[in-house]
Amino acid sequence: MSQVKEPVTFEGAVCPVPVHLGDTIVLGHGSGGRLMRGLIEGLFLPELDNPVLRAGNDAGRVAVRDDVLLAISTDSHVVWPLFFPGGDIGRLAVCGTVNDVAMLGAEPLYLTASFILEEGLDTGVLHRVVQSMKRAAVEAGVEIIAGDTKVVEKGKADGLYITTAGVGRIYPGVDIGGHRAQPGDLMLLSGPIGDHGIAVLGARGELGFEAKLESDVAPLNHLVRAMLEASPGVHVLRDPTRGGVATALNEIARASGVGIVLEERAIPVRPAVQAACEMLGFDPLFVANEGKLLAAVAPEHAKATLEAMRAQPYGGNAVIIGEVTAEPLGRVLMKTVIGSHRVVDELSGELLPRIC
Amino acid sequence: MRFVDEFRDPDLARATLAEIRKTVTRPWVLMEICGGQTHSIMRYGLEQLLPREVELVHGPGCPVCVTPLEQIDKALEIASRPEVIFASYGDMLRVPGSGMDLFSVRAAGGDVRVVYSPLDAVRLAQQHTDREVVFFAIGFETTAPANAMAVEHAKELGLENFSVLVSHARVPPAMHAILRSPDCRVQGFLAAGHVCAVMGYWEYRPVAEQYHVPIVVTGFEPIDILQGILMAVRQLEGGRAEVENAYPRAVVEGGNEPAQEMIDRVFMVCDRKWRGIGNIPSSGWCLRPEYARYDAELRFAVSGIAPQESELCLSGAILQGLKKPPDCPAFGRECTPEAPQGATMVSSEGACAAYYRYGLSERATASPQ
Amino acid sequence: MCLGVPGRIIEIYEHEGLRKCKVDFGGVVREACLDFVPQAEVGDYAVIHVGFAISLVSQQEAQETLNLLRQIASVEQELGAQPSGEVRP
Repeated sequence: MSQVKEPVTFEGAVCPVPVHLGDTIVLGHGSGGRLMRGLIEGLFLPELDNPVLRAGNDAGRVAVRDDVLLAISTDSHVVWPLFFPGGDIGRLAVCGTVNDVAMLGAEPLYLTASFILEEGLDTGVLHRVVQSMKRAAVEAGVEIIAGDTKVVEKGKADGLYITTAGVGRIYPGVDIGGHRAQPGDLMLLSGPIGDHGIAVLGARGELGFEAKLESDVAPLNHLVRAMLEASPGVHVLRDPTRGGVATALNEIARASGVGIVLEERAIPVRPAVQAACEMLGFDPLFVANEGKLLAAVAPEHAKATLEAMRAQPYGGNAVIIGEVTAEPLGRVLMKTVIGSHRVVDELSGELLPRIC
Repeated sequence: MRFVDEFRDPDLARATLAEIRKTVTRPWVLMEICGGQTHSIMRYGLEQLLPREVELVHGPGCPVCVTPLEQIDKALEIASRPEVIFASYGDMLRVPGSGMDLFSVRAAGGDVRVVYSPLDAVRLAQQHTDREVVFFAIGFETTAPANAMAVEHAKELGLENFSVLVSHARVPPAMHAILRSPDCRVQGFLAAGHVCAVMGYWEYRPVAEQYHVPIVVTGFEPIDILQGILMAVRQLEGGRAEVENAYPRAVVEGGNEPAQEMIDRVFMVCDRKWRGIGNIPSSGWCLRPEYARYDAELRFAVSGIAPQESELCLSGAILQGLKKPPDCPAFGRECTPEAPQGATMVSSEGACAAYYRYGLSERATASPQ
Repeated sequence: MCLGVPGRIIEIYEHEGLRKCKVDFGGVVREACLDFVPQAEVGDYAVIHVGFAISLVSQQEAQETLNLLRQIASVEQELGAQPSGEVRP
């Protein structure tokens, strides 16, 4: 008797869209998932529409001359606490924008940084943050060439916010974007997932747990260059930040009009991340990463790309986690550890601990 | 993780499924009344792997789904008050009341905080003596001892600024209500493992006898659930109707006595409305009169807005296993996870939300490579 | 209502009149209340729900359950039973 049944969807501990969509902004609008997508598509794009923005990649790709293509991106950083195990808001700001640019197959060159400082902020804290930015910029090989500073009254910022913009030059002959995944491509992941989200949550202290975990925040441009040098078969690059791997893969599946099938067994998760997620009722696939990338690579080039990744400091644990398929269109499926298939949806609203 | 990973072993899953397949000779309908089990069944795609003869029905086991609209409206009113810090488990933030939800209240300036443990809410009261801390004490029997302890602890600390908004539910009366329904198709139950860890399973023997249904205490990992199903199906095939324990590593027949004593000290049984089902007598717990000063309903004199349930919503029939979500005319049209009409579409463990995503995947019919 | 996770008790102490402990879930440590499981000792595993131990995990029962299942699994293998239940392409 045939046992083929349709795969089941499981979304995990997430917040569905509240009834009053559109009246006020809620935290879920910033979480990287469906709510945020709704805001972008429903409010921002209708006003600011242009083909570059509509492509929906991590950076905008523009041609200055026929042979000079640039990737330009911008990011705001509002993380709290400012300092967490493995990093801080400064390192996050630099790496986040370097990575957004790199995900378009570009060499990041220049960053701008503007600061919103809260009245009463300890200048020693600001100094530490800026020193950290310098270290990250040196590691990434970029320069911060323009800046701005504003101060707001006490209570109007969590200490400080940083907004960055980044410019990079797209490597010649490279055409990487969310729309370029093709059936047959293999999906690569550069290392274990969920470290950043859980480390920051632990550092906040509200849920009372201690984890021997550090954020994975890191600049990935050298890793990307090594991958592109090793093979011409890289079609998509994406860093799974807010919303996690699940959201990033759903974006790719939608943009490319393909399906993606994952192997749950193959997805690396550190034991401490696993334990924290079990305790809180989270799915690691939804937890933010700040030093990881996903790559859709043509199958004949996957091995070479993987080897190049594993030779790099931030790619030592790179693995193949699945493949791109023709169907189901725009959806992501996962073969579970016990052999069934389920749909992996994007994050809907905010990730919340559950009792159920 | 120990005592978790071993119960997700693919070989053991395959073997148990093969046993189930060998055992069934005719269709059977089993119900679980536990959001955590629904969650696990969905996450591991268990229904996909079971033989078609075994039908799993998801009962009213999700505290989010069954919390009456009135309680949510009371929560929203209390949380909106400027002097209040409203503390809640994460699950409840996402449930819409008659108008808003706790997220919107937070967006409008209400101090709404997620806590992992009710003791964290007590600590908030200790830290913020100038504010009123109200804790949304919801859940089934599993959570009742913890919620009770929070009240008792606040009393021992002499806190003046701590109170709880109670909405507790008990499983056995719900089982009676479901089994008494003339349309009931349920032939066996998987009893919620952690509810039984607290309460034991002696309460289920009269249910099994009266309605002649097997009841198997079941855990939460995929192997646990498959084992519970296997034991239930064996009973059904053999014409038996007994209470068995498929989760012996965490559950004993008498349950947890200190926990039961704490529940009994702080709470008393009362009637309770279940969202989508209606009033089930003696199916809830309320604060005993001697703890009245910790009752947020009295402290804040919340009258509650007249709750307005959607007329379209069939949550009730679905929660009782009488209908499936696709039977509902609003399903997937007026009612989606982004615009839910009722509780079973709101919660990620709710049957409608689970079926909605299941239905989406049917559009993509090709089997994965 | 049921998210209870087994963790190992690594430290026991009193705080504000409550018997408390530190529980290690395998790399993540959190405080939990032991008042409902007064017989718990360091090294025991307990099911933790919303910061409370609601039951001890019987390692013996766990082992017996697994042994029983593994017996079924090996019988299946000996009989050459098809690995059933997987969705095949």
